Amino acid sequence: MDMMIHFKEMDNKLYGFVEGEIDTFTASRLREELEAVKITEGLEIELNLSKVNYMDSTGLGIFVAFYKRALRENGKVKLVGLSNRLQRLFEITGLSDLMDIETDKKVELRK
Amino acid sequence: MKQLESQYEKILSDYMFDQSEKNLYIAQNFTRQLIQKNISPEDVVNIHKNAVGKIFPDRVGEDQPAYDFLIEVMVHYGMAHREHQSLLQIQAEYEMEMKIATNIQKTLLKTVVPQLSSIDIGMISIPFRKMNGDYVHFLHDREDYLSVAVTDVVGKGVPAALCMSMVKYGLETLEYAYKDPSYVLEVINRVIEKGVDDSMFVSMFYGCLDIQNSIFSYASAGHEPALHYSAKQGKFFSLEAKGLLLGVLSESKYSYNEIFLEDKDIVVMMTDGVTEFRSREDLNSREIITSLIVENKHVSAQQLCNILYKQIEKILDFKLSDDFTVVIIKN
Repeated sequence: MDMMIHFKEMDNKLYGFVEGEIDTFTASRLREELEAVKITEGLEIELNLSKVNYMDSTGLGIFVAFYKRALRENGKVKLVGLSNRLQRLFEITGLSDLMDIETDKKVELRK
Repeated sequence: MKQLESQYEKILSDYMFDQSEKNLYIAQNFTRQLIQKNISPEDVVNIHKNAVGKIFPDRVGEDQPAYDFLIEVMVHYGMAHREHQSLLQIQAEYEMEMKIATNIQKTLLKTVVPQLSSIDIGMISIPFRKMNGDYVHFLHDREDYLSVAVTDVVGKGVPAALCMSMVKYGLETLEYAYKDPSYVLEVINRVIEKGVDDSMFVSMFYGCLDIQNSIFSYASAGHEPALHYSAKQGKFFSLEAKGLLLGVLSESKYSYNEIFLEDKDIVVMMTDGVTEFRSREDLNSREIITSLIVENKHVSAQQLCNILYKQIEKILDFKLSDDFTVVIIKN
Protein backbone atom coordinates (compact mmCIF):
# COMPACT_ATOMS: atom_id res chain seq x y z
CA MET A 1 0.00 0.00 0.00
CA ASP A 2 1.59 3.22 -1.10
CA MET A 3 0.74 6.64 -2.44
CA MET A 4 2.70 9.09 -4.52
CA ILE A 5 2.07 12.61 -5.69
CA HIS A 6 4.15 14.80 -7.90
CA PHE A 7 3.57 18.25 -9.30
CA LYS A 8 4.35 19.95 -12.57
CA GLU A 9 3.87 23.60 -13.35
CA MET A 10 2.97 24.56 -16.92
CA ASP A 11 1.52 27.75 -18.42
CA ASN A 12 0.63 29.15 -14.99
CA LYS A 13 -1.25 25.99 -14.15
CA LEU A 14 -0.28 23.49 -11.52
CA TYR A 15 -0.76 19.84 -12.39
CA GLY A 16 -0.71 17.22 -9.66
CA PHE A 17 -0.57 13.49 -10.35
CA VAL A 18 -1.69 11.20 -7.57
CA GLU A 19 -0.91 7.51 -7.71
CA GLY A 20 -1.67 4.52 -5.51
CA GLU A 21 -3.99 3.97 -2.57
CA ILE A 22 -5.32 6.73 -0.37
CA ASP A 23 -6.39 5.39 3.01
CA THR A 24 -5.85 6.08 6.70
CA PHE A 25 -2.20 5.09 6.42
CA THR A 26 -1.19 7.17 3.40
CA ALA A 27 -3.62 10.06 3.97
CA SER A 28 -1.46 12.11 6.31
CA ARG A 29 1.33 12.30 3.72
CA LEU A 30 -1.08 13.40 1.02
CA ARG A 31 -2.43 16.03 3.39
CA GLU A 32 1.08 17.37 4.06
CA GLU A 33 1.91 17.48 0.35
CA LEU A 34 -1.27 19.37 -0.47
CA GLU A 35 -0.88 21.73 2.47
CA ALA A 36 2.56 22.62 1.17
CA VAL A 37 1.10 23.82 -2.14
CA LYS A 38 1.22 27.57 -2.30
CA ILE A 39 -1.98 28.94 -3.73
CA THR A 40 -1.67 32.33 -5.37
CA GLU A 41 -4.57 34.44 -6.56
CA GLY A 42 -6.18 32.90 -9.63
CA LEU A 43 -3.94 29.82 -9.71
CA GLU A 44 -5.54 26.86 -11.45
CA ILE A 45 -4.75 23.47 -9.99
CA GLU A 46 -5.62 20.24 -11.70
CA LEU A 47 -5.27 17.02 -9.73
CA ASN A 48 -5.22 13.87 -11.80
CA LEU A 49 -6.56 10.84 -9.95
CA SER A 50 -6.60 8.35 -12.82
CA LYS A 51 -3.92 6.24 -11.15
CA VAL A 52 -5.62 6.15 -7.77
CA ASN A 53 -6.85 2.59 -7.35
CA TYR A 54 -8.35 2.99 -3.91
CA MET A 55 -9.62 5.86 -1.81
CA ASP A 56 -11.61 5.85 1.40
CA SER A 57 -13.45 8.66 3.15
CA THR A 58 -10.28 9.94 4.82
CA GLY A 59 -8.91 10.69 1.36
CA LEU A 60 -12.14 12.42 0.47
CA GLY A 61 -11.74 14.65 3.51
CA ILE A 62 -8.29 15.71 2.39
CA PHE A 63 -9.46 16.78 -1.06
CA VAL A 64 -12.34 18.72 0.44
CA ALA A 65 -10.01 20.49 2.86
CA PHE A 66 -7.74 21.39 -0.04
CA TYR A 67 -10.72 22.56 -2.10
CA LYS A 68 -11.94 24.77 0.76
CA ARG A 69 -8.53 26.34 1.23
CA ALA A 70 -8.23 27.04 -2.50
CA LEU A 71 -11.65 28.68 -2.41
CA ARG A 72 -10.57 30.94 0.47
CA GLU A 73 -7.30 31.85 -1.21
CA ASN A 74 -8.95 32.50 -4.60
CA GLY A 75 -7.44 29.56 -6.42
CA LYS A 76 -9.23 26.96 -8.50
CA VAL A 77 -9.12 23.22 -7.99
CA LYS A 78 -10.27 20.63 -10.46
CA LEU A 79 -10.17 16.87 -10.04
CA VAL A 80 -9.78 14.85 -13.21
CA GLY A 81 -9.51 11.23 -14.29
CA LEU A 82 -11.84 9.75 -11.69
CA SER A 83 -12.67 6.07 -12.08
CA ASN A 84 -16.30 4.97 -11.86
CA ARG A 85 -15.85 3.99 -8.24
CA LEU A 86 -14.35 7.32 -7.27
CA GLN A 87 -17.02 9.13 -9.26
CA ARG A 88 -19.67 7.22 -7.30
CA LEU A 89 -17.96 8.14 -4.02
CA PHE A 90 -18.10 11.84 -4.91
CA GLU A 91 -21.72 11.49 -5.99
CA ILE A 92 -22.94 9.74 -2.84
CA THR A 93 -21.27 12.32 -0.64
CA GLY A 94 -22.84 15.17 -2.60
CA LEU A 95 -19.36 16.54 -3.36
CA SER A 96 -19.71 16.20 -7.12
CA ASP A 97 -22.22 19.07 -7.08
CA LEU A 98 -19.82 21.24 -5.17
CA MET A 99 -16.43 20.52 -6.66
CA ASP A 100 -15.20 20.65 -10.21
CA ILE A 101 -14.86 17.03 -11.24
CA GLU A 102 -14.19 15.23 -14.49
CA THR A 103 -14.46 11.51 -15.00
CA ASP A 104 -12.05 9.27 -16.80
CA LYS A 105 -14.01 9.32 -20.04
CA LYS A 106 -14.15 13.07 -20.39
CA VAL A 107 -10.40 13.35 -19.99
CA GLU A 108 -9.92 10.90 -22.82
CA LEU A 109 -12.34 12.74 -25.07
CA ARG A 110 -10.54 15.99 -24.53
CA LYS A 111 -7.23 14.62 -25.78
CA MET B 1 24.96 3.95 47.55
CA LYS B 2 27.55 2.78 50.10
CA GLN B 3 26.14 -0.70 49.85
CA LEU B 4 26.32 -0.69 46.07
CA GLU B 5 29.90 0.52 46.23
CA SER B 6 31.03 -2.29 48.45
CA GLN B 7 29.14 -4.84 46.37
CA TYR B 8 30.80 -3.54 43.23
CA GLU B 9 34.21 -3.61 44.88
CA LYS B 10 33.69 -7.25 45.80
CA ILE B 11 32.55 -8.22 42.29
CA LEU B 12 35.44 -6.36 40.65
CA SER B 13 38.07 -7.82 42.93
CA ASP B 14 36.67 -11.34 42.39
CA TYR B 15 36.96 -10.80 38.67
CA MET B 16 40.49 -9.43 38.89
CA PHE B 17 41.43 -12.58 40.79
CA ASP B 18 39.56 -15.00 38.53
CA GLN B 19 38.47 -13.82 35.08
CA SER B 20 35.75 -16.44 34.67
CA GLU B 21 32.38 -16.43 32.90
CA LYS B 22 30.72 -16.91 36.25
CA ASN B 23 32.14 -13.69 37.65
CA LEU B 24 31.13 -11.81 34.53
CA TYR B 25 27.62 -13.16 34.91
CA ILE B 26 27.48 -11.81 38.46
CA ALA B 27 28.52 -8.41 37.11
CA GLN B 28 25.71 -8.51 34.55
CA ASN B 29 23.15 -9.18 37.22
CA PHE B 30 24.56 -6.32 39.23
CA THR B 31 24.06 -4.00 36.23
CA ARG B 32 20.36 -4.80 36.29
CA GLN B 33 20.26 -3.72 39.89
CA LEU B 34 21.98 -0.43 39.00
CA ILE B 35 19.45 0.29 36.23
CA GLN B 36 16.57 -0.53 38.50
CA LYS B 37 17.86 1.92 41.10
CA ASN B 38 18.28 4.61 38.45
CA ILE B 39 22.04 4.94 38.96
CA SER B 40 23.35 7.29 36.29
CA PRO B 41 26.29 6.36 34.02
CA GLU B 42 28.60 8.97 35.61
CA ASP B 43 27.88 7.50 39.05
CA VAL B 44 28.79 4.05 37.77
CA VAL B 45 32.16 5.37 36.59
CA ASN B 46 32.62 6.99 40.00
CA ILE B 47 31.86 3.69 41.77
CA HIS B 48 34.40 1.98 39.54
CA LYS B 49 37.01 4.66 40.24
CA ASN B 50 36.61 4.27 44.02
CA ALA B 51 36.68 0.47 43.83
CA VAL B 52 39.90 0.50 41.77
CA GLY B 53 41.40 2.90 44.34
CA LYS B 54 40.62 0.46 47.16
CA ILE B 55 41.70 -2.72 45.37
CA PHE B 56 44.95 -1.26 44.01
CA PRO B 57 45.97 1.47 46.53
CA ASP B 58 49.46 1.64 44.98
CA ARG B 59 48.19 2.75 41.62
CA VAL B 60 46.13 5.65 42.92
CA GLY B 61 47.35 8.85 41.42
CA GLU B 62 48.20 7.99 37.89
CA ASP B 63 44.69 6.88 36.74
CA GLN B 64 42.59 9.32 38.78
CA PRO B 65 42.57 12.31 36.41
CA ALA B 66 41.61 9.96 33.56
CA TYR B 67 38.60 8.72 35.57
CA ASP B 68 37.54 12.26 36.45
CA PHE B 69 37.70 13.05 32.76
CA LEU B 70 35.51 10.05 31.94
CA ILE B 71 32.99 11.08 34.60
CA GLU B 72 32.62 14.49 32.94
CA VAL B 73 32.12 12.81 29.58
CA MET B 74 29.47 10.50 31.00
CA VAL B 75 27.42 13.32 32.54
CA HIS B 76 25.75 13.93 29.20
CA TYR B 77 24.86 10.29 28.82
CA GLY B 78 23.35 10.55 32.27
CA MET B 79 21.18 13.46 31.18
CA ALA B 80 19.95 11.60 28.10
CA HIS B 81 19.20 8.62 30.27
CA ARG B 82 17.12 10.63 32.73
CA GLU B 83 15.23 12.27 29.87
CA HIS B 84 14.42 8.85 28.51
CA GLN B 85 13.13 7.77 31.90
CA SER B 86 10.83 10.74 32.23
CA LEU B 87 9.52 10.24 28.67
CA LEU B 88 8.63 6.67 29.52
CA GLN B 89 6.67 7.92 32.47
CA ILE B 90 4.86 10.55 30.41
CA GLN B 91 4.01 7.92 27.83
CA ALA B 92 2.50 5.70 30.49
CA GLU B 93 0.40 8.63 31.68
CA TYR B 94 -0.83 9.33 28.12
CA GLU B 95 -1.76 5.72 27.62
CA MET B 96 -3.75 5.81 30.81
CA GLU B 97 -5.58 8.94 29.68
CA MET B 98 -6.34 7.43 26.27
CA LYS B 99 -7.80 4.42 27.98
CA ILE B 100 -10.01 6.62 30.10
CA ALA B 101 -11.07 8.61 27.01
CA THR B 102 -11.98 5.40 25.18
CA ASN B 103 -14.11 4.30 28.09
CA ILE B 104 -15.82 7.68 28.33
CA GLN B 105 -16.57 7.54 24.61
CA LYS B 106 -18.03 4.08 24.98
CA THR B 107 -20.30 5.24 27.78
CA LEU B 108 -21.28 8.54 26.15
CA LEU B 109 -21.94 7.10 22.74
CA LYS B 110 -23.70 3.96 23.76
CA THR B 111 -26.73 3.35 21.59
CA VAL B 112 -29.91 2.14 23.23
CA VAL B 113 -32.13 0.26 20.80
CA PRO B 114 -35.78 1.00 21.63
CA GLN B 115 -38.05 -1.97 22.21
CA LEU B 116 -41.36 -1.29 20.50
CA SER B 117 -44.26 -3.69 20.24
CA SER B 118 -45.30 -2.79 16.71
CA ILE B 119 -41.89 -2.48 15.04
CA ASP B 120 -38.99 -4.90 15.02
CA ILE B 121 -35.64 -3.07 15.27
CA GLY B 122 -32.14 -4.54 15.03
CA MET B 123 -28.69 -3.02 15.12
CA ILE B 124 -25.06 -4.06 14.97
CA SER B 125 -22.00 -1.76 15.12
CA ILE B 126 -18.52 -3.25 15.17
CA PRO B 127 -15.50 -0.92 15.33
CA PHE B 128 -12.54 -1.70 13.06
CA ARG B 129 -10.12 -0.43 15.70
CA LYS B 130 -10.47 0.75 19.30
CA MET B 131 -12.63 3.80 18.72
CA ASN B 132 -15.77 3.47 16.65
CA GLY B 133 -16.20 6.08 13.89
CA ASP B 134 -19.80 5.02 13.35
CA TYR B 135 -22.66 6.04 15.59
CA VAL B 136 -26.36 5.27 15.69
CA HIS B 137 -28.89 7.38 17.53
CA PHE B 138 -32.55 6.48 18.08
CA LEU B 139 -35.32 8.82 19.15
CA HIS B 140 -38.87 7.71 19.67
CA ASP B 141 -42.16 8.97 20.90
CA ARG B 142 -44.01 6.03 22.43
CA GLU B 143 -45.42 3.87 19.64
CA ASP B 144 -46.09 6.80 17.32
CA TYR B 145 -42.75 7.84 15.88
CA LEU B 146 -39.37 6.24 15.63
CA SER B 147 -36.42 8.07 14.16
CA VAL B 148 -32.92 6.83 13.58
CA ALA B 149 -29.69 8.56 12.62
CA VAL B 150 -26.89 6.42 11.16
CA THR B 151 -23.62 8.36 11.05
CA ASP B 152 -20.06 7.87 9.96
CA VAL B 153 -17.30 10.31 10.86
CA VAL B 154 -14.53 10.85 8.35
CA GLY B 155 -11.29 10.70 10.24
CA LYS B 156 -10.31 8.50 13.11
CA GLY B 157 -9.31 8.50 16.74
CA VAL B 158 -9.80 11.27 19.27
CA PRO B 159 -10.88 14.09 16.87
CA ALA B 160 -13.52 11.79 15.39
CA ALA B 161 -14.79 10.84 18.84
CA LEU B 162 -15.09 14.50 19.86
CA CYS B 163 -16.96 15.26 16.67
CA MET B 164 -19.31 12.37 17.33
CA SER B 165 -20.19 13.75 20.76
CA MET B 166 -21.20 17.01 19.04
CA VAL B 167 -23.50 15.07 16.73
CA LYS B 168 -25.05 13.22 19.64
CA TYR B 169 -25.79 16.34 21.68
CA GLY B 170 -27.02 18.12 18.55
CA LEU B 171 -29.52 15.32 18.01
CA GLU B 172 -30.60 15.30 21.63
CA THR B 173 -31.44 18.99 21.66
CA LEU B 174 -33.83 18.59 18.73
CA GLU B 175 -36.76 17.65 20.96
CA TYR B 176 -39.96 17.86 18.91
CA ALA B 177 -38.27 18.76 15.65
CA TYR B 178 -36.92 15.27 15.13
CA LYS B 179 -39.73 14.23 12.78
CA ASP B 180 -38.46 16.26 9.83
CA PRO B 181 -35.33 14.58 8.40
CA SER B 182 -34.24 17.43 6.15
CA TYR B 183 -34.56 19.96 8.97
CA VAL B 184 -32.58 17.72 11.32
CA LEU B 185 -29.71 17.48 8.84
CA GLU B 186 -29.67 21.24 8.31
CA VAL B 187 -29.39 21.84 12.05
CA ILE B 188 -26.68 19.25 12.66
CA ASN B 189 -24.78 20.53 9.63
CA ARG B 190 -24.61 24.01 11.13
CA VAL B 191 -23.44 22.60 14.47
CA ILE B 192 -20.61 20.66 12.86
CA GLU B 193 -19.62 23.29 10.31
CA LYS B 194 -18.96 25.81 13.07
CA GLY B 195 -16.88 23.66 15.31
CA VAL B 196 -14.78 21.42 13.18
CA ASP B 197 -11.70 21.76 11.02
CA ASP B 198 -11.72 21.60 7.23
CA SER B 199 -11.10 17.91 6.76
CA MET B 200 -13.57 16.64 9.35
CA PHE B 201 -16.98 15.57 8.11
CA VAL B 202 -19.86 13.41 9.03
CA SER B 203 -22.13 11.50 6.72
CA MET B 204 -25.61 10.83 8.06
CA PHE B 205 -28.70 9.00 6.97
CA TYR B 206 -31.70 10.14 8.94
CA GLY B 207 -35.02 8.33 8.78
CA CYS B 208 -38.25 8.81 10.68
CA LEU B 209 -41.03 6.27 10.76
CA ASP B 210 -44.57 7.42 11.40
CA ILE B 211 -45.61 4.13 12.94
CA GLN B 212 -49.39 4.64 12.89
CA ASN B 213 -49.43 5.63 9.21
CA SER B 214 -46.49 3.47 8.08
CA ILE B 215 -44.77 6.37 6.39
CA PHE B 216 -41.00 6.36 6.38
CA SER B 217 -39.47 9.75 5.64
CA TYR B 218 -35.76 10.22 5.15
CA ALA B 219 -32.93 12.49 4.11
CA SER B 220 -29.24 11.89 3.55
CA ALA B 221 -26.11 13.92 4.04
CA GLY B 222 -23.57 12.25 1.79
CA HIS B 223 -24.39 8.87 3.25
CA GLU B 224 -24.63 5.42 1.71
CA PRO B 225 -28.24 5.02 0.44
CA ALA B 226 -30.49 2.82 2.56
CA LEU B 227 -32.34 -0.16 1.09
CA HIS B 228 -36.07 -0.71 1.09
CA TYR B 229 -37.30 -4.25 0.58
CA SER B 230 -40.87 -4.38 -0.65
CA ALA B 231 -42.31 -7.70 0.48
CA LYS B 232 -45.28 -7.46 -1.87
CA GLN B 233 -43.15 -6.88 -4.96
CA GLY B 234 -40.25 -8.99 -3.75
CA LYS B 235 -37.91 -6.21 -4.86
CA PHE B 236 -35.35 -3.82 -3.42
CA PHE B 237 -35.38 -0.07 -3.86
CA SER B 238 -32.39 2.11 -3.15
CA LEU B 239 -33.36 5.08 -0.99
CA GLU B 240 -31.21 7.64 -2.75
CA ALA B 241 -31.39 11.18 -1.48
CA LYS B 242 -29.27 14.10 -2.50
CA GLY B 243 -27.33 16.01 0.11
CA LEU B 244 -23.81 17.12 0.93
CA LEU B 245 -21.75 15.70 3.80
CA LEU B 246 -22.29 17.49 7.12
CA GLY B 247 -19.66 20.07 7.97
CA VAL B 248 -18.59 21.15 4.47
CA LEU B 249 -20.76 24.22 3.82
CA SER B 250 -22.73 26.15 6.42
CA GLU B 251 -25.98 26.49 4.46
CA SER B 252 -26.54 23.10 2.90
CA LYS B 253 -30.06 21.96 2.01
CA TYR B 254 -31.26 18.40 2.19
CA SER B 255 -34.06 16.90 0.16
CA TYR B 256 -37.05 15.39 1.94
CA ASN B 257 -38.28 12.02 0.72
CA GLU B 258 -40.90 9.58 1.88
CA ILE B 259 -42.12 6.09 1.14
CA PHE B 260 -45.05 4.02 2.31
CA LEU B 261 -44.14 0.83 4.15
CA GLU B 262 -46.37 -2.17 3.71
CA ASP B 263 -46.67 -5.23 5.86
CA LYS B 264 -43.38 -7.18 6.20
CA ASP B 265 -41.36 -4.49 4.40
CA ILE B 266 -37.76 -4.07 5.53
CA VAL B 267 -35.59 -0.96 5.67
CA VAL B 268 -31.82 -1.46 5.91
CA MET B 269 -29.52 1.44 6.80
CA MET B 270 -25.78 0.98 6.83
CA THR B 271 -22.39 2.67 6.69
CA ASP B 272 -19.84 2.31 3.91
CA GLY B 273 -17.94 -0.24 5.99
CA VAL B 274 -20.72 -2.65 4.99
CA THR B 275 -20.84 -1.95 1.26
CA GLU B 276 -17.13 -1.38 0.65
CA PHE B 277 -15.47 -4.71 -0.13
CA ARG B 278 -11.92 -3.46 -0.29
CA SER B 279 -10.23 -6.83 -0.42
CA ARG B 280 -12.75 -8.23 -2.92
CA GLU B 281 -13.39 -5.51 -5.45
CA ASP B 282 -14.50 -8.12 -7.96
CA LEU B 283 -17.70 -8.73 -5.98
CA ASN B 284 -20.85 -6.64 -6.16
CA SER B 285 -21.47 -5.86 -2.51
CA ARG B 286 -25.04 -4.62 -2.96
CA GLU B 287 -26.07 -7.83 -4.74
CA ILE B 288 -24.61 -9.89 -1.92
CA ILE B 289 -26.31 -7.81 0.78
CA THR B 290 -29.72 -7.93 -0.92
CA SER B 291 -29.60 -11.66 -1.50
CA LEU B 292 -28.59 -12.26 2.13
CA ILE B 293 -31.59 -10.22 3.24
CA VAL B 294 -34.00 -12.11 0.98
CA GLU B 295 -32.69 -15.47 2.13
CA ASN B 296 -33.11 -14.51 5.78
CA LYS B 297 -36.11 -12.21 5.67
CA HIS B 298 -38.10 -14.32 8.15
CA VAL B 299 -35.73 -13.99 11.11
CA SER B 300 -35.88 -11.07 13.57
CA ALA B 301 -34.29 -7.72 12.69
CA GLN B 302 -31.51 -8.29 15.20
CA GLN B 303 -30.76 -11.78 13.92
CA LEU B 304 -30.70 -10.43 10.38
CA CYS B 305 -28.09 -7.81 11.41
CA ASN B 306 -25.96 -10.52 12.97
CA ILE B 307 -26.23 -12.74 9.90
CA LEU B 308 -25.19 -9.88 7.62
CA TYR B 309 -22.11 -9.23 9.75
CA LYS B 310 -21.10 -12.88 10.02
CA GLN B 311 -21.60 -13.61 6.32
CA ILE B 312 -19.86 -10.49 5.02
CA GLU B 313 -16.97 -11.05 7.40
CA LYS B 314 -16.66 -14.54 5.98
CA ILE B 315 -16.83 -13.37 2.35
CA LEU B 316 -14.07 -10.85 3.06
CA ASP B 317 -11.96 -13.54 4.66
CA PHE B 318 -12.29 -11.87 8.09
CA LYS B 319 -10.46 -8.81 6.81
CA LEU B 320 -12.92 -5.97 7.32
CA SER B 321 -11.19 -2.63 6.77
CA ASP B 322 -13.67 -0.18 8.29
CA ASP B 323 -16.23 0.21 11.07
CA PHE B 324 -19.29 -1.91 10.28
CA THR B 325 -22.79 -0.70 11.16
CA VAL B 326 -26.22 -1.93 10.10
CA VAL B 327 -29.65 -0.89 11.37
CA ILE B 328 -32.70 -2.85 10.26
CA ILE B 329 -36.35 -1.96 10.72
CA LYS B 330 -39.02 -4.54 9.96
CA ASN B 331 -42.57 -3.38 9.59
